[in-house]
Amino acid sequence: MAVTDAPKITSSRFDLADGHTIERYVATGGYQGLKAALAKSPSGVVDEVKSASLLGRGGAGFPAGVKWGFCPPGVFPRYLVVNGDESEPGTYKDRLLMEKDPHQLIEGVLIGCYAVGCSQAFLYVRGEMALAQERIAQALNDAYAAGHIGKNIYGTEFSVDIVLHWGAGAYIVGEETALIESLEGNRGMPRLKPPFFPAAKGLYLQPTIVNNVETLANLPWIMSNGAAAFAALGAENSKGTRIFAVSGHVKNPGVYEVEFGVTTFRDLLYAPVYGGGIRHDRELKAFIPGGASAPWLYPEHLDVPLEAATVGKLGTMLGSGAVVVFDEQTDMVKACHRLVRFFARESCGKCTPCREGTSWLEKILERIIDGLGRPEDLDLLLDICDNISVGMNWPPRQTTICPLGQSATSPIASAVMRFRDEFEAYLGGPAEITVQVKGPAFVGPYVHEEATADA
Amino acid sequence: MARLDDTNLATAKEIISRYPRIKSATIPLLHLAQEQDGYVATDAMEHIAELTNTTPAQVLGTCSFYEMFKREPVGKYLVNICTNISCQIMGGEELLHHAEESLGIKGGSTTADGLFTIEDVECIAACTEAPCLQINYRYFHKISNDQFDEVIADLRSGGRTDEIPPHGTLARIRQHIPADRAAGNADPAGIPEPIWLSAPATAPPEGEKA
Ligand SMILES: Cc1cc2nc3c(=O)[nH]c(=O)nc-3n(C[C@H](O)[C@H](O)[C@H](O)COP(=O)(O)O)c2cc1C
Ligand code: SF4
Ligand code: FES
Repeated sequence: MAVTDAPKITSSRFDLADGHTIERYVATGGYQGLKAALAKSPSGVVDEVKSASLLGRGGAGFPAGVKWGFCPPGVFPRYLVVNGDESEPGTYKDRLLMEKDPHQLIEGVLIGCYAVGCSQAFLYVRGEMALAQERIAQALNDAYAAGHIGKNIYGTEFSVDIVLHWGAGAYIVGEETALIESLEGNRGMPRLKPPFFPAAKGLYLQPTIVNNVETLANLPWIMSNGAAAFAALGAENSKGTRIFAVSGHVKNPGVYEVEFGVTTFRDLLYAPVYGGGIRHDRELKAFIPGGASAPWLYPEHLDVPLEAATVGKLGTMLGSGAVVVFDEQTDMVKACHRLVRFFARESCGKCTPCREGTSWLEKILERIIDGLGRPEDLDLLLDICDNISVGMNWPPRQTTICPLGQSATSPIASAVMRFRDEFEAYLGGPAEITVQVKGPAFVGPYVHEEATADA
Repeated sequence: MARLDDTNLATAKEIISRYPRIKSATIPLLHLAQEQDGYVATDAMEHIAELTNTTPAQVLGTCSFYEMFKREPVGKYLVNICTNISCQIMGGEELLHHAEESLGIKGGSTTADGLFTIEDVECIAACTEAPCLQINYRYFHKISNDQFDEVIADLRSGGRTDEIPPHGTLARIRQHIPADRAAGNADPAGIPEPIWLSAPATAPPEGEKA
């Protein structure tokens, strides 16, 4: 339980009206992290980021420094691709980082390119984000003019171009291999891993580092203040700070940068400086801890810290830092249907379980809501889920090319297992469930001893 | 309608020049075509195929995958209302219904005067500001029914054009890499190990204390 006074690492300029300008950025310490990085060797920068234990902020939470080390030695050119496609429902942080502090991101990209030895970077911004595209275009133009990007930066041997690229509306393009396909001018359909792990075979089949916007936005601070200062914040396996978007039924929906690993869900939902409690002082019914793909959590989990490993043990994830809050009056069947409709719409169509399964799930949920459901529908829903995500365990077993298919089963298994009575009310009578569901977040017991003991 | 005009062709060539493989410019060029005509015309796709050294079928294949590309004219103002989870539970569906009633059309269709198209869209990354929408990809946060009607009335009477350009125009600021500052494209077939990796920090950055 902690609302700490940790410094703001990535959102420090969010409240400045002119935080996006190069003048304000430089006046508030901008581009000093890059200079500190250039004073070290590239491998020294990689070591620094490794010892900061900076976890990726795009969803999977993989340590950034470790990922950088996966590029096969001696294979060049290497590319850096920024994932600014933010479109996981509930997620709202990368857009702010791009609109309000584009130079911080650019500086992070430069530090990453220097460390990994990338000869060109592509900054992929979601198509629908016109203002972010404008702010980044302006920031790039200004940074080139001021000598922060391009040829022989600050008179060193370090040279790199950053190219602004923008998408055209497709959630799946957020998946890193689909992002690369899209950047090559193709349909955004994921590639099979292996062999197409981007660090080995990415853009144009060359070694490519794909990092999330927030991940890279941490680098200037880490280089300016040192890995030790970063690692002094947070918990054992979750260092630094993290931005969470708290949306839905709280009094103060908002985007909050909190100390990672020590702040709890209760703090985030109820502390006056964050969510401020459930609206109209109602009871909390459930919350999504990490975006639409994450299995749900419940009031008994409020004291769990926002710590990646602890939340993982509960059978769910912090994902993209998207916390969606449902009060006691929420219709969980409708919420479930809306989430599943999203996955059905956004399936790229490459794998049968995902393409067919998600739209079957959507249609069954639709008929339940329309009052045309059948008693065997709950079992049918879970049976289809079991085909897409075998055993419905956590982390899910991969039966498809990318995890989107499995993600679609999270809201169903959550809603059906926990709020079965609401489905039965729609069905007009009891419904039997015979399908085995294993994921701890779906079946309980909902409070895990190891999880709380660790905290 | 049309192939890219001379101004847009010059812009297209500048965009293409930033990629090691020109096919990568396909999506930005499709946006340029949509900016010119309000939608992506067949002739424009053929032109893009010539420019990117692909076939019209490949361009169409890419174009048709992405939600934002319209291959038929849509309203001058595309009203995208989010009904995904955070918005759904905060009145997004009610906002959509209000918009449909107020404009007299269903989601997915265009008003008879060609001014407005409504779409029921997925999360637009403004979840803490629900209910929300975009008009031509410009955000309106926490918007009430009355505010919605006001904005629509303004647009009908020709207002707010500074804030909201016609459909097709995304960013009004473009990236330009000055020739004398450019590091150059990294050709996947022919770039050796970067010099700074093996011989780092040849000149200490100016003003650096550490
Ligand atoms: C369906 C799907 C959608 C994704 N969407 C995004 C996204 O919008 N933004 C993002 O940064 N990562 C997204 N990811 C995760 C990326 O594949 C990748 O792990 C991430 O960009 C790596 O960056 P990081 O290591 O810095 O977190 C998505 C993954 C999947 C499977
Ligand atoms: S799981 Fe779904 S979204 Fe992912 S590659 Fe397969 S069909 Fe496409
Ligand atoms: S759910 Fe509506 S903006 Fe994210």
